[in-house]
Amino acid sequence: MKAKVHVTLKEGVLDPQGKAVQHALGSLGFGGVKGVRQGKYIELELAEKDPKKAKAEVEAMCRKLLANTVIENYAIDIAEK
Amino acid sequence: MKSAVIVFPGSNCDRDVKVALTQSTGREPLMIWHQDRTLPEVDLIVLPGGFSYGDYLRCGAMAAQSPVMAEVVARANKGVAVLGICNGFQILTETGLLPGVLMRNAGLKFVCRDVHLRVEVTDTVFTRNYRKGQRIRVPIAHNEGNYFADEDTLKRLEDERRVAFRYTDAAGNATAEANPNGALRNIAGILNEKRNVLGLMPHPERLADALLGGTDGRPMFEGLAAAFA
Repeated sequence: MKAKVHVTLKEGVLDPQGKAVQHALGSLGFGGVKGVRQGKYIELELAEKDPKKAKAEVEAMCRKLLANTVIENYAIDIAEK
Repeated sequence: MKSAVIVFPGSNCDRDVKVALTQSTGREPLMIWHQDRTLPEVDLIVLPGGFSYGDYLRCGAMAAQSPVMAEVVARANKGVAVLGICNGFQILTETGLLPGVLMRNAGLKFVCRDVHLRVEVTDTVFTRNYRKGQRIRVPIAHNEGNYFADEDTLKRLEDERRVAFRYTDAAGNATAEANPNGALRNIAGILNEKRNVLGLMPHPERLADALLGGTDGRPMFEGLAAAFA
């Protein structure tokens, strides 16, 4: 079973990297970009077969290590394959 | 005074701290490998600067889960003095011993230079040998020193006088221009509630000997030595 985790910055937290990317896109002529927020995407291969249990386990991983919940949100997607 | 320096894979200021502590306390600190689960009785634990675990995932995130850290957290909660410098500060926020987080510098660049700091509080074992409001010069060297916390946390830190150091200009004013990394309220170092845990981005151990070009960092180690004499 596979888990896909997106870690993103919470609203209101400044993202200097996202700002720099937005600026660079503007310089390249992509003028329509109103905002850029940069995050992380993490893929996990799990031995767990039960999607419910897998999700609970990945939740715990996010809280303990994968995300810093002071500034980050996380979203978990469990896929059979 | 008995002290211990925790060494993580990627620590690079552990020996600098050892020199500074030996100089001020007359006794070499124990160097404790991060995989040790036991920690002898000590008066002070130092989490040194560096790039523990290559800053993978987030600065300090992996080190905060190291075997020895459970014991460090337990000791801190019992009142043992814990000092986190630079990466050590990042590790302390990741363990939750200190609130907030250290984000990427606002200017997106690694900043390595001397900065001016204002000593905000002196009623701690770390700052007792400074004068309140004293302006000191200490080096910084980091890419993630941009202190962030929500408004409630910042208010608490201020109300409880837990901001230990602020970035200032040479005259001691905490201006936006004097802020090297975008840290909220020019915060360079903070204390926990019980004031026995200090985290700071600047490196006092790097200017603790005249041979290194300055001694403004030395009173921190002298103060600790005096507190636990």
